[in-house]
Amino acid sequence: MPENKTLLEVRNLKQYFDINMGFFRSKPLKAVDDVSFSIRKGETLGLVGESGCGKTTVGRSILHLYTPTGGQVIYDGQEIKSRESLREFRRKATMVFQDPYSSLNPRMTVSDIVAEPLDVHKLYKTKKEREDRVLELMGYVGLNSEHASRYAHEFSGGQRQRIGIARALAVNPEFIVCDEPVSALDVSIQAQVINMFDDLQDKLGLTYLFIAHDLLVVRHISDRIAVMYLGKMVELADAEEIYKHPLHPYSQSLLSAVPMPDPKTARANKRIVLTGDIPSPLNAPSGCPFRTRCRFATPACAESMPAFEEVSKDHFVACHRVKEIN
Amino acid sequence: MFNANKPFSMHLNPDAFRPATEAEKEYISQMRPSSTFFKDGCKRLMKNKVATASLIIIIVVTLSSILLPLFWPYSYDAMLGVRPGKPADSSFNNLQPFTYGKTELKRIAAGEKVFPHIFGTDSHGRDYFIRVVYGTRISLAVGFFASIIVLIIGMTIGSIAGYFGGKVDIIIMRIVDMIYSLPDMLVIILLSVVLGRTLNVEGTIFAKIGSNVISMFIVFGLLYWVSMARLIRGQILSLREQEYVLSAQATGASGSWIIKKHLLPNCISVIIISTALQIPNAIFTESFLSFLGLGVNAPMPSLGSLASDALNGITSYTYRLVIPAVVICLIVLSLNLFGDGLRDAFDPKLNA
Ligand SMILES: Nc1ncnc2c1ncn2[C@@H]1O[C@H](COP(=O)(O)OP(=O)(O)O)[C@@H](O)[C@H]1O
Ligand code: SF4
Ligand SMILES: [Mg+2]
Repeated sequence: MPENKTLLEVRNLKQYFDINMGFFRSKPLKAVDDVSFSIRKGETLGLVGESGCGKTTVGRSILHLYTPTGGQVIYDGQEIKSRESLREFRRKATMVFQDPYSSLNPRMTVSDIVAEPLDVHKLYKTKKEREDRVLELMGYVGLNSEHASRYAHEFSGGQRQRIGIARALAVNPEFIVCDEPVSALDVSIQAQVINMFDDLQDKLGLTYLFIAHDLLVVRHISDRIAVMYLGKMVELADAEEIYKHPLHPYSQSLLSAVPMPDPKTARANKRIVLTGDIPSPLNAPSGCPFRTRCRFATPACAESMPAFEEVSKDHFVACHRVKEIN
Repeated sequence: MFNANKPFSMHLNPDAFRPATEAEKEYISQMRPSSTFFKDGCKRLMKNKVATASLIIIIVVTLSSILLPLFWPYSYDAMLGVRPGKPADSSFNNLQPFTYGKTELKRIAAGEKVFPHIFGTDSHGRDYFIRVVYGTRISLAVGFFASIIVLIIGMTIGSIAGYFGGKVDIIIMRIVDMIYSLPDMLVIILLSVVLGRTLNVEGTIFAKIGSNVISMFIVFGLLYWVSMARLIRGQILSLREQEYVLSAQATGASGSWIIKKHLLPNCISVIIISTALQIPNAIFTESFLSFLGLGVNAPMPSLGSLASDALNGITSYTYRLVIPAVVICLIVLSLNLFGDGLRDAFDPKLNA
């Protein structure tokens, strides 16, 4: 259950990559541009958006796998800036990666993979202690001791993702960035793994930033949902609220693509098909990033970036025309 | 499966199915025995006949160069005709294979057994066989240690350049390019001459092998690491993009940890293969330098200096040139073939 205490706060996070354009010219690619949100202790914040909109980059910048170009990451009231705060932070915040194949070292046994965070932070005194902890972690994710001495390539995708989760749990973290942890898995296994995330949260009191490109996946697990488009956050609200009353035109189109279990609502909810492709973040449109595909775009939308404002209680939207549309 | 109540139904009768027993489940879920990359590679290597034969030759040559001198009755630097208090007996010089000097003939006539000079003796009356064995030992040792030096320097610098990238990489790679563009034989000869004159190894453990060999190691260390460094940098550069490296960074692992635990183990096959291929290269260079008189100090033989000495009597004692030349060829060839076999077995991708 989410508590009232803010665990992680992200303020104006910016992550630009320098892209080499040849002849010593380079251009910044604004993968994440001015994103702010906060996560309460015990909460799950779902982060959705099309592939390439910068979700992974948000997760990695929070963990400082990329040094943010700008903005602040504040964890438990302390800004992550110095080497010491980062080292401390990395014992409390971990990550589950999207690709269970390339995120596990093929030359390491499962027990070494799971125990690496323990080795790095020297969290045990004896070999026995390390072994016991590894078995405990493998138990959490439904693997047994027979698997410990094997190599990752001997496992299926679902089992590999479990190994990745056990590894993320090794340091007893408080916060986990889950970067599309099920999108590489079979649909039949996705539900299992998501339920496991849910159970682990209850058991260990974890806080998640849960990234997915599929709204159906995050709905089940998230308390609140944030929608990103082209490096910007366009909407943020409670999960139920965003399902019932999506306010941003982009969220509306995303939701209309989700199959509804109830035929009545399905019929009422006409599918809004987006035309055109997502623009490259290298030459993003001026003003509102969504204006090239928005049904409601007006010339005013090209002039300025709409502010990310609280429209109703705890419901934030970045759209100039949010009042008129809805 | 047949359902008597509904004979035409396509539905399966659920009663016909029963849950698997624990034993049956166990049987199905058994995993195949764990096989590591290393074991698979060894199996492939053993199937390659040429590589296996080469490996056997290498082992036999290496072992005999180490063990034979231990119980051979002659030593590499003993001039058999020279004995204290007596005039030098020139009958021992330039013996043909399986012939004997005067005193030895007397001993044979007296019924004593005398160990034969399998390859005869050289112009100073030294047993040529043991000199070839010794020369092989020196050449192998030089090749082996030079490759180790190249490996250590190349691996360290290459992985630093590859992992840290950016300016560090640019600076290191420009230095590598500069060294690459030097004409290496010329530099080796110049360095050997200069270092051979200036290095003073008297009284140290290196005195026996001489300053020339030390300078040879230095030359190898200075020049030949570049290709190793380039190779490893390229490997690390591509491995660095793997997500498991990012995952290790996320746990807070340091750069040296990631290089040691993740990057180098994943290019270990490339490292072993190119080191194996480096050895014959070094042996060849050593022989070449010794042939030019820049190698080991007399009376210590090496295969190159043996060949060089043999030039004086090339018309009458051709075999003295042929024997070390054949041994060099045998070693270099089998090391190269073995290295190729290693590459095929452990890194099929590299096989261009
Ligand atoms: N290391 C990087 N260097 C350059 N560009 C990057 C890098 N990582 C991501 N990008 C770019 O940033 C944008 C966002 O990527 P990403 O965060 O992976 O999106 P998502 O996870 O939402 O699919 C993409 O256009 C991608 O090409
Ligand atoms: S600001 Fe304009 S273009 Fe952007 S979403 Fe709102 S209406 Fe559409
Ligand atoms: Mg992603």
